[in-house]
Amino acid sequence: MSVLIFIDQAEGHVKKASLEALTYGGDLAKQTGTTAEAMVFGTVAEDLTALGRYGISKVHHVSSAALDHFDAQVFANVIAKVVEETKATVVVFSHNQTGKAVAPGVAAAVKAGIVTGAVALPDISNGFVVKKSVFSGKAFANVNISSEIKIISLNPNSYKTVAGKGMAEVIELNVPVPESKIKITAVSKVSGEVPLTEADIVVSGGRGLKGPENWGILEDLAHTLHAATACSRPVADSHWRPHHEHVGQTGVQVAPNLYIALGISGAIQHLAGVNRSKTIVVINKDPEAPFFKAADYGIVGDVFEVVPKLTEEIKKMQAAS
Amino acid sequence: MKILICISKTPDTTSRIAFKDGNTKFEENGVQWIINPYDEWYALVRAIELKEKDPSTVLHLVTVGAADCEPVIRKALALGGDEAYRVNTQSDDSFYIATQIFEVAKQGNYDLIFTGKETIDYNGSSIGGMVAEMLSMPYISLATKFDLNGSTAVVAREIEGGEEVCEVALPVVVSCQKGVAEQRIPNMRGIMSARTKPLKVVEPAAAEALTNITSYELPPVKAGVKLVGADNVAELVRLLHEEAKAI
Ligand SMILES: Cc1cc2nc3c(=O)[nH]c(=O)nc-3n(C[C@H](O)[C@H](O)[C@H](O)COP(=O)(O)OP(=O)(O)OC[C@H]3O[C@@H](n4cnc5c(N)ncnc54)[C@H](O)[C@@H]3O)c2cc1C
Repeated sequence: MSVLIFIDQAEGHVKKASLEALTYGGDLAKQTGTTAEAMVFGTVAEDLTALGRYGISKVHHVSSAALDHFDAQVFANVIAKVVEETKATVVVFSHNQTGKAVAPGVAAAVKAGIVTGAVALPDISNGFVVKKSVFSGKAFANVNISSEIKIISLNPNSYKTVAGKGMAEVIELNVPVPESKIKITAVSKVSGEVPLTEADIVVSGGRGLKGPENWGILEDLAHTLHAATACSRPVADSHWRPHHEHVGQTGVQVAPNLYIALGISGAIQHLAGVNRSKTIVVINKDPEAPFFKAADYGIVGDVFEVVPKLTEEIKKMQAAS
Repeated sequence: MKILICISKTPDTTSRIAFKDGNTKFEENGVQWIINPYDEWYALVRAIELKEKDPSTVLHLVTVGAADCEPVIRKALALGGDEAYRVNTQSDDSFYIATQIFEVAKQGNYDLIFTGKETIDYNGSSIGGMVAEMLSMPYISLATKFDLNGSTAVVAREIEGGEEVCEVALPVVVSCQKGVAEQRIPNMRGIMSARTKPLKVVEPAAAEALTNITSYELPPVKAGVKLVGADNVAELVRLLHEEAKAI
C-alpha cells in the first residue's frame, strides 16, 4: 500500500489546500506504515524537492505544458495513469474547486471508492473508515471504503499543515496526455483578496448592513485582519456582493479559524455553511437573533457603531503586540 | 437537443438533523423532502430555459432511489421536465449511483447532462465527474453560467480564487450552482400536466457499492456565547487575542 497525493498548483505555485493534503497524506502513510508520494502537473516554478518537508518521499512530475490548463477529463486520465504507474492504493486530493472537478473522474477510472469532504485521518482499526462532513456541516458521517484503491478528498482548513525536514526525490514521468476538448477563453481572478475557502479569518455581512454602499466598514475590518469577505444569501441575491461570497447551505461552506458575522440573523441555512468555524463572533442589534446561539462571542449592538470601533481596537492591539 | 438532468431528493434545508438505531441511520421522521436545491434551482431551471428558447429540446430527468422519490420527481416534472426515469434502488455510494445514471445516460444519447454541484445532505459532489468519465465526456464542474452557441457550450465555472470561461463541443456533463439560473415556482398548468407525464421505473444494473456509511455524529455543542457590551469593544479584542487566540 502507498499513498499518492495530488498537488494542485496555479501559475507554478503550490496552494495551501494542497499542503494540507500533503501533510494529511504523509501522516496517513506513517499511520499505515507505508510511503507517501505526490504528483504535480504542468510547468512548476517552485523547487519540488522541498515538498519533502511534508513527509513525502517522491514527487512525480508530469511536465507537459498541455497540463498548464486544467481540464477535468484530461487530468483524471493522467492521474489514473500515475496511480497505475505508482501502484498507489490511497489517493488524496484537496476538496477544493480542482479536487471537486477531478477526483470523482479518477474514482470512476480506477474503480475506487471515494469519500469527499474528509475531515480526519481514517480509522483503520476495523476497515478503512473516513470521517466526512455531511448535511452541509450539520453532522459527520463515518464512511468505510471497501475497494482496493481508495480516494479521499480532504476538506480545506480541516487538517493542519506541518512542515518538518526532508527532501523529496523528483521523478519526471512521461505520461501521454490526451488532447483537451475544452477551450478556455477567459480567466478572471479575484486579485489581491484572500480566497474564501482558504482564509483563516472570514468577515461576513448580512442584510443588517442595509446596502452595498455600507460595505466599507466591513472591508476595513477584513483588511485589518487579512481576512476574506463573505455574505449571506439575500445579500448576494440582491447583487450587493458577488455570488462567490455567498456562504451557507446553498453557497460556499467555510471552516476558518475565526468567522465574524455582521448584521446576519443566523438562519439555519446560513449556519450550515459556517458552523465548522473554530470561533464565531456575532455582532447584531437584536439580542434574540438566532446566530447568538451558535456563537462563541457576541456584541448586541449596531454594526455601524461597533464595527469601526472594533477595527480601531484591533489596530491598537496589533501595534502593541 | 436532448438534455438529461440528474435529480436527487434531499431533506428540506430547515430539517432537524438527527440519527437513530445507534447513530447508524438518518432519522426521517418528520422530515420534509425537497428536490436538491442545486438540481432544481440551477440545473433544471436552466434546462427549462434552454427548452423555452428552442422548443424542440427534450428534457429527461433521472433519479436513483426508491418509490418515496416519486413526489419529488413529479415536482421536477411540474416545473418542466418532459419525462423521468427512476432507477429503483437505494444507495449512498457515489460509484454505485453514478453507474446507474451512466446506464440510463448511454441509452439516451444525450447532448448535455446536468447535475447540481452537490446534494445538500451527503455533499458528495461526485456524480457528475463520475458519469462524465464513464461516458468519456468532458466534465465542467461548478458552473456559474451556461449558454449554448449552436452545438458548443459556453460555460463560466468557479475555479480556485476566481472564475474561468470555457467552450466545449457537445456532448458534455456540467455541474451547476448559483448563477446558472434563478429559482422558479411550478405553475398550476405544470402541476396538472406532470401527473400524466411518463415516469419510467427501471431496475438497477449490476454494480458494486464501494463505500458504506457505518455511523453518524453530530458536532459538539457550543459552550454558549460570551456577550461583551457594545461600549466595551476592547474587551472583545482582548478575548479574541488572549482567550480564543484567533487574532
Ligand atoms: C432553501 C433555502 C436555502 C437557503 N440557503 C441559504 C444560504 O446558503 N446562505 C444564507 O445566508 N441564507 C440562505 N437562505 C436564506 C436564509 O433562510 C435567511 O433568509 C438568510 O440567511 C438571512 O440573511 P440575513 O441574515 O443577511 O438577513 P436577515 O435575516 O434579514 O437578518 C438581518 C439581521 O441584521 C440585524 N441588523 C439589522 N440592522 C442592524 C444593525 N444596524 N446593526 C446590527 N445588526 C443589524 C437584524 O437584527 C437581523 O438579525 C436559504 C433559504 C432557503 C429557504
